[in-house]
Amino acid sequence: MNRRTLLSRTTAGLTTLAAASLLSFTALAADTIRIGTVAPKTGPLAGGALVSQWPNVDLWIQEVNERGGLKLKDGQKKIELVAYDDKTNPTEHIKAVQRLATQDKVDFIIAPYGTGFNIAAAPIYAKYDYPQIAVTSVTDQIGELTERYPSLFFTLGSTTAFVEGLRDVLVKLKDEGKINNKIAMVNVADAFGIELAEVARPTFEAAGFELVYDKSYPLGTPDLSPIVKGAKATDADSFVAWSYPPDTFGLTEQAVIEDLNVKVFYTAVATAFPAYGGKFGAQIENVLGAGGVNPDTPEMQAYRTKHEEVTGKAPDYWASANTYASLQILETAIEAVGEVNREAVTDYIKTHTFDTIMGPISFENQNSNRFWTVGQWQGGVFRGVVSSNIDGAVDVKLKDGWK
Amino acid sequence: MDILISGLLLGGTYALVAMGLNLQYGVARIMNLANGETLVLGALAAFLAFTAISLSPLVTMLVVAPLSFAANWVAYRLLLRPLVKRAKSPGQLEVDSILATFGISFALVGLMVSIHGEYYTYSFLARPIEILGTTVAENRLVAALVAAGIGAALVGWLNFTRTGTAVRAVSVDRQAAQLVGINVARVSALAFALGGAVTATGGTLISTFITLDGSMGVIFTMKALIIVIMGGVGDLRGSIIAAIVLGLVETAVASLIDPGLTLVSAYVIFLGILLFRPQGLFGKRNA
Repeated sequence: MNRRTLLSRTTAGLTTLAAASLLSFTALAADTIRIGTVAPKTGPLAGGALVSQWPNVDLWIQEVNERGGLKLKDGQKKIELVAYDDKTNPTEHIKAVQRLATQDKVDFIIAPYGTGFNIAAAPIYAKYDYPQIAVTSVTDQIGELTERYPSLFFTLGSTTAFVEGLRDVLVKLKDEGKINNKIAMVNVADAFGIELAEVARPTFEAAGFELVYDKSYPLGTPDLSPIVKGAKATDADSFVAWSYPPDTFGLTEQAVIEDLNVKVFYTAVATAFPAYGGKFGAQIENVLGAGGVNPDTPEMQAYRTKHEEVTGKAPDYWASANTYASLQILETAIEAVGEVNREAVTDYIKTHTFDTIMGPISFENQNSNRFWTVGQWQGGVFRGVVSSNIDGAVDVKLKDGWK
Repeated sequence: MDILISGLLLGGTYALVAMGLNLQYGVARIMNLANGETLVLGALAAFLAFTAISLSPLVTMLVVAPLSFAANWVAYRLLLRPLVKRAKSPGQLEVDSILATFGISFALVGLMVSIHGEYYTYSFLARPIEILGTTVAENRLVAALVAAGIGAALVGWLNFTRTGTAVRAVSVDRQAAQLVGINVARVSALAFALGGAVTATGGTLISTFITLDGSMGVIFTMKALIIVIMGGVGDLRGSIIAAIVLGLVETAVASLIDPGLTLVSAYVIFLGILLFRPQGLFGKRNA
């Protein structure tokens, strides 16, 4: 290749490149707004994400597009969703976000699913200035993380808040003389379960409780009967499990089989899933769990009806509503700013109060203190019994057998 | 007593997971990484049939087994047979079949997630039953009994029938089997299909007491692999015994020491067997 052909080819190449960028520019100026999302559709967290996260993304987009799209300064724009499966793998997740930012050039990204993923991906969201309204992320490092990442928001509370919510329930029952001061506690040997158990140990002991059984089990343990038998052998009135979905189901089933006769039975993630109620029916009356909602407000009723109508299934009684509320926050902030200006949207979220299905939400140091921590199955509905700044908590009832 | 009975039941579960893979790997020489997915497919069928038309998983099982047999037969003939044909050495077939079935496992996960991405959870025979003073779940007992039935039937078939003997012959030496007039291709396909049927049946039973989802297959593949290697590749008795040992040890450790150490104990036994008897409990040492 001589110099001249090289030159002409380079020129041709550059022209094509320029044309291409012009094309992509026109694409950007089209009448859609591109929103990306990365969450698990396969892998260990998929079962949870397909209950609490994906249906809400679908619902929200359908609703926004039905009314014509997001109202921006240069007209209404429908949402175009770019979705990737992170396969419950943090590396895949970060790659997908990178792709959304640099290749798909999406305007906004919906926050990840799961505590670990929200923390692991925070640097890359921050790098491209995407506001990240984390929902399914419960950690005690909220202060530290929000300081480091100025576009990161938390909405579901901290580990300590969750443990203290349950502690308050237990202390109240103990002071009323309804339960003894002995607790059987187990946790899944995974970041989530270990962190909760580590916070719970000193918290329960400081409140005058004695942990008479305190064990962990590996994720995916096929037979949980030794654990339930072990707990049954103690004289604890309370059983607390910092558990994940498969073991939440497994521990409850074993408790039914062993007739674990406790007055307080608590399992963590998935207790709020409709599938949990579906599986156990009336047996789980008065089971306590993480999360909760107040299903009686008109906003929540409208949301639950719409969710079933659009996605064909019921939302859970915890993070579903929070997830939808986080999308409402994003929507309001984008419309208020009126253009694709991510920094302005982040600033707007920091300084305003948002009307959501969970009631008014505002952020203090990028953290919302409006969430449920403990819920209880009562009459086929998982109702919130302890909250942070939300009304409508119902009284806790004692578990009375597993009829 | 508690430990013995719970351990035996868990061992039964593990046997359900491992017997199919043993047939596929031991006889057909296909290291089937989609084994776990086959199991989860069986579970999905049980879940769908139960939630849609309240069909008992025990009935579903009878439908799933022949379906899985047919599907695995077709999969072997269409997808894996070409690999067997072109393989110049057993090592190459192993690598090729691992890659091929790894791919198949992804396809199956995608399929299952698109059908039902959430947890397969329902309640079937979740009732207590007393055995010798120990409370166990009926669904686990049923699964263990069926596992014992399948195991006994397979061992009997392998040892006392003509076809069974042919299957064992192929597992010992393919070339020699061919020399004495055994249709190795046919027997391999049969073993592979039968293995798939056993695994899927196991899935329908396991789904009655373990909550599964579409992407959980790999956990079962790993467990099956450990058991098959511990028991000795190609020997069904070895797999059954290894499964029971694993069940007993895990239950004993969980009850007496700490539930957190069950995985550790399983791997310690695995390591011990690899160190001192690398061919597995019943495996034959290579000449």
